Amino acid sequence: MYDLIIIGAGPAGITAAVYAARQRMDLLVITKDIGGQAAISGDVENYTGYQFITGPDLAGKFEEHLRNYKIGLKENEEVLELKKRGEVVWVRTQRQEYEGRTAIIASGKKSRELNVPGEREFKNRGLSYCATCDAPLFTGKAVAVIGGGNSALDTSIQLIKIAKRIYIVNISSQLGGDEILRETVKHNEKVTVFNNAQVTEITGDKMVKAVKIKQEGKEQTLAVEGVFVEIGLVPNTNFAPDVEKNQRGEIKINSANETNIPGIFAAGDVTDVPEKQIIIAAGEGSKASLNVFKYLAQHNLKLAK
Amino acid sequence: MAKSVKVYSTPTCPWCVRVKQFLSENNILFENYDVSQEPSKGEEMVNKSGQMGVPVIDIDGSIIVGFDRERIKQALGI
Repeated sequence: MYDLIIIGAGPAGITAAVYAARQRMDLLVITKDIGGQAAISGDVENYTGYQFITGPDLAGKFEEHLRNYKIGLKENEEVLELKKRGEVVWVRTQRQEYEGRTAIIASGKKSRELNVPGEREFKNRGLSYCATCDAPLFTGKAVAVIGGGNSALDTSIQLIKIAKRIYIVNISSQLGGDEILRETVKHNEKVTVFNNAQVTEITGDKMVKAVKIKQEGKEQTLAVEGVFVEIGLVPNTNFAPDVEKNQRGEIKINSANETNIPGIFAAGDVTDVPEKQIIIAAGEGSKASLNVFKYLAQHNLKLAK
Repeated sequence: MAKSVKVYSTPTCPWCVRVKQFLSENNILFENYDVSQEPSKGEEMVNKSGQMGVPVIDIDGSIIVGFDRERIKQALGI
């Protein structure tokens, strides 16, 4: 049995792991990827000590720091279930089961999905949640951007440079986000904005061919080869139904990173801490680890050696 | 004999950077195709992998989508 199982290896999970390793906890980190959202962030200019660093570089530094310690690390492994069974935290992944005395949930957030027919089918077949990654594949093509906030505007601006036509499908009556981005998008002749519009289906054969939208009751089909979904983020908490969450699905924690279940802690973007920042996630991760250490001591749970 | 390793990538994709770093760190020689500059390589990538996400890694014909460290290691036998 592990002293601590950490779920996720973004800034929060990695920092928690570094602190736990230094406390000599018997430690397991289970994660789908390393670096989390930081690894796909653009430029970072507000992480103390770095006046400028790119997201992937900062994530690389985190990873290097983590690998410096001899800890159990399960990559490309997804937690499907987490439960407290008596005094034991039980975790099941797609590969196997693990037991720990405590856990820190640091599973972060992922892109919100549209939940329309065709979405699953055409994921990575023209449908993308990461313009930074995939946009260059759509050179000279018509594409749709779904969403109306800053990330949708950002994506559109990236696409203006390469795509032939950009349709923005926005569910609200007008575009949100920053004025300066809105103006850039609105005044570009390649861009058409559909406000009060909803995606109803993504269609195609092997790859995306079109997106169907509904605008004020009227349906129409936009011929596109790419669809970029930028409608916000949702916390990764499906595996932990017993842990209490707020109305946004974020895990409720107190100032000691404790959830409603004793021995289960949480840190970073997956929690109800409102500020979503790399440095805050990292700080919360360290805080969670220190509190796990206290918890183990208070409960006379001898650290595994 | 050294395996033939091809990486289909774009300059802006963070996982592409990581894949290339990983290969270099392990002293694996590879050919990199920037699919944003070479549309024909983009098509080749789509045909091989049946999808449009980058990176795609072709190791002696076994196709890996994304930076899947374990599968890459397996395919390379390292």
